[in-house]
Amino acid sequence: MQLIYEKSVSGRRGVMLPVSDVPAAADLPQNLLRSETAGLPELSELDMVRHFTNLSRRNFSVDTNFYPLGSCTMKYNAKVLENAANLFAPLHPLTAFLPGGAELCQGALGMLYDLGQMLADITGMDEVTTQPLAGAHGEMTGMLLVAAYHKAKGNKKKYVVVPDSSHGTNPASAAMVGYEIITIPTAPYGDMDLELFKQAMNGEVAAVMMTCPNTLGLFNPYIKEIADIAHSHDALMYYDGANLNAIMGKVRPGDVGFDVVHVNLHKTFGTPHGGGGPGSGPVGVKKSLIPFLPMPRIIHDEVSGKLQIQTDNPLSIGRTANFFGNFGVMVKAYTYMIMLGREGLIQVSEQAVLNANYIKEKLKGYFDLPYSQTCMHEVVFSASKQLAQGVHAIDIAKFLIDKGYHPPTVYFPLIVKEAIMIEPTETESKATMDAFIEVMIEAAKQAEADPDSFAAMPVSMPVTRLDETRAARSQTVCCLG
Amino acid sequence: MNTSHYCPHTPEEIQEMLAAIGVSSVEELFAPIPAELRCSTFNLPAGMSEFETYAKLQAVAADNNQNLSLFIGGGFYDHVIPAAVDHLSGRAEFYTAYTPYQPECSQGTLQALFEYQTAICRLTGLDVSNASLYDGATGLAEAALMAMRATNRTKVVVDGCVSPIARQVLATYLSNQDAELVELPPLDGLLNREELAKQLDANTAAVLVQYPNVFGGVEDFSGLADQAHAAGALLVTAVYPVALGILKSPGELGADIAVGDGQSLGNPLSFGGPSFGFIAAKKSHIRNMPGRIVGETVDKNGKRGFVLTLQAREQHIKRHKATSNICSNQSLCALRGLIFLAAIGKQGLADLARLNRDKAEYAKARLAELPGVVVLQTAPTFNEFTISLPKPAEAVVAALLDKGIAAGMPLGRFYAGSENMLVVTVTEKRSKKEIDQLVKALEVALCN
Repeated sequence: MQLIYEKSVSGRRGVMLPVSDVPAAADLPQNLLRSETAGLPELSELDMVRHFTNLSRRNFSVDTNFYPLGSCTMKYNAKVLENAANLFAPLHPLTAFLPGGAELCQGALGMLYDLGQMLADITGMDEVTTQPLAGAHGEMTGMLLVAAYHKAKGNKKKYVVVPDSSHGTNPASAAMVGYEIITIPTAPYGDMDLELFKQAMNGEVAAVMMTCPNTLGLFNPYIKEIADIAHSHDALMYYDGANLNAIMGKVRPGDVGFDVVHVNLHKTFGTPHGGGGPGSGPVGVKKSLIPFLPMPRIIHDEVSGKLQIQTDNPLSIGRTANFFGNFGVMVKAYTYMIMLGREGLIQVSEQAVLNANYIKEKLKGYFDLPYSQTCMHEVVFSASKQLAQGVHAIDIAKFLIDKGYHPPTVYFPLIVKEAIMIEPTETESKATMDAFIEVMIEAAKQAEADPDSFAAMPVSMPVTRLDETRAARSQTVCCLG
Repeated sequence: MNTSHYCPHTPEEIQEMLAAIGVSSVEELFAPIPAELRCSTFNLPAGMSEFETYAKLQAVAADNNQNLSLFIGGGFYDHVIPAAVDHLSGRAEFYTAYTPYQPECSQGTLQALFEYQTAICRLTGLDVSNASLYDGATGLAEAALMAMRATNRTKVVVDGCVSPIARQVLATYLSNQDAELVELPPLDGLLNREELAKQLDANTAAVLVQYPNVFGGVEDFSGLADQAHAAGALLVTAVYPVALGILKSPGELGADIAVGDGQSLGNPLSFGGPSFGFIAAKKSHIRNMPGRIVGETVDKNGKRGFVLTLQAREQHIKRHKATSNICSNQSLCALRGLIFLAAIGKQGLADLARLNRDKAEYAKARLAELPGVVVLQTAPTFNEFTISLPKPAEAVVAALLDKGIAAGMPLGRFYAGSENMLVVTVTEKRSKKEIDQLVKALEVALCN
């Protein structure tokens, strides 16, 4: 398909602008003006609409294909969420900071406050900031809070401990806050090796970052002991909420001993992933960390019953983003939460776990299952059996594309060779999963019978396999025209 | 277990699945969670239908004043959004997809992001762009970190005329890094070049400036890039993309990195988010870029296609040695930005920029006629300008807010001694009538 720039015709106009009702201003001095107009597209509105409509048809998406992408929680995104977010489109964020302006934004501020309260309840935390703009941004915010906590106590801390199964964002976020990383290997039981963890812990550890259930989809049986050990060194426990979809109403990170939590609203709370964002990563903390929360902070005034904005607090880590975070995403998550309610959210976790175990049971005879115990919301297979025939996890992924399925996450977690990580989510029907299971079994059989056939796949898409080395070498990341 | 919202199984299906797994209840699947850790409280209210839920959200929305006449900006601008932006970005094939890690079934998102990167490069006059960052403020912080990596230096000098909000975010990002952040207090609403010269030394990684700046001024930054480069530092410019419809591009200024907030390109105000941040740079800096980048390549048959490229910079490969921790970005908002630019078009963006300036110049001239109102004249302006009032700006703004007018952003809380200063923003959406009403209301407020 041509690029939109290749469809442009010099001089063609798109959407008409309003006619000016004021006199034209004198020109700016020449030295401030660009020498030529920026080379943006020049299409009629119809040609532009066709271009993007046809581009959209070159995507798999949740609304068109089963999307069992492990660690990403690609559940159905309810349509009413979009309608709800649009209700707030004209509200300018600066209004809330004008004198008397908070009074004019009580609905929005109250929604943010209520969302924080509900997330605190779900995670067992005492207060939540909605400012972080994504999961990784929440992690960085959380690590800044950890650093501020230790600084206030006069603690000299240098390290953050992560298991080797962790998301890459965990060590990367800790590094953004200046910490060095200690990585603990995974034990044969599928989680951070407890003995090695004990040996690694020392007084210089600032925090332990855990995902629970972890990226193998397993709940750590020693999590309480790990938290107790961490606390005995005055290290804080950080909960990566990427896998919260598994445990709502079953266990709360705060009750287990976690001190800081981030939640991915775009995973657990049904907001769309948007082709890579926007997400939203609110952070919850225990009481001891509240003084350090980022500004602005929304406060509920008990006397007046009004929401107010706190912008100055000397202990705060400061501002981590523009205003209140990805507000539109939070409207969607709030809508989702009040719509599903208590029982609905419990059911979400129950059926997410049920679905993952169902797929695990049905496929374990065909794919190697390195950790075979009951999983939570996702299951990690290995294509090691198929590799013996020369068929890699990526080949199975391409086979699935030709069958109309978005592939599971492959090659993550890094600790599983040829990993195939499947997260069906609760919104998929048994019929959809049964059909997917059939296709996975077909892939396993074809890997035995005709391993060479995989190399050409996929054949049904607009392009076949792409040359990634060439892309990295040529570094053509725009069309300069 | 009853079926409810979006959980499709019938009780019979659940029984079949449990039987297949070999357990007798769903509860058994939660046995790996130690009993003593199980939830004792979970207090959310009961759920409801989507219709009742939507009605509740309508009530929440109604509890805001969303009909103000907006003369505020501060990084978020009330611009027109063509209807096509909502409809096309609202295609579920775009918004319910994930990051395009599987390129063959994601060519729609990938090509759109390549076209977005191209638009950003052409607007900024630079060679390379990533596929978006969170917002303009975090973009500025990422640019500073990028410059530190590129120069292997640790000192960052930021003009005090850069948005105070962005500077606060920058300070937060650098707070636990091995970094020294120096802020240059503004001089008459402009960069203090003399002070800058003193701060340029062998450890200076970057000079960060913004245009138009927080006072609205479009400063002549000619020679600034040479000055920074002579000291071995990079020039980072924060820019307002609509203004780039007419203003000299960062590339023409010799800047090494440009960043900005993309809200003004087709994203609603939405109480501050989501928007997107953009970052563009000279090609030599591409390996120090944060975040996802889409690159062009060919498939096995030699057909053009697009992939995520240079992923060895990123956290899922490099972990703690990555160029940034960013994973999710603001892809859909960037897509809205691209659709906005494609809908408005090449000449349209230039016209839009001029329309903004026309409106602002009209408002500026009218306001200057009011007794005691003085316009800050140290630099030409785009669609924002600063006026000094004969009384504290906060009180005046409060009075006008009561009349449904958000008259501007008082500067007193950001700059000591600026208690009477007000930044007024006028976009193309403000009619002459609204501007005249602002002038009249301000005149009344100043008399009282």
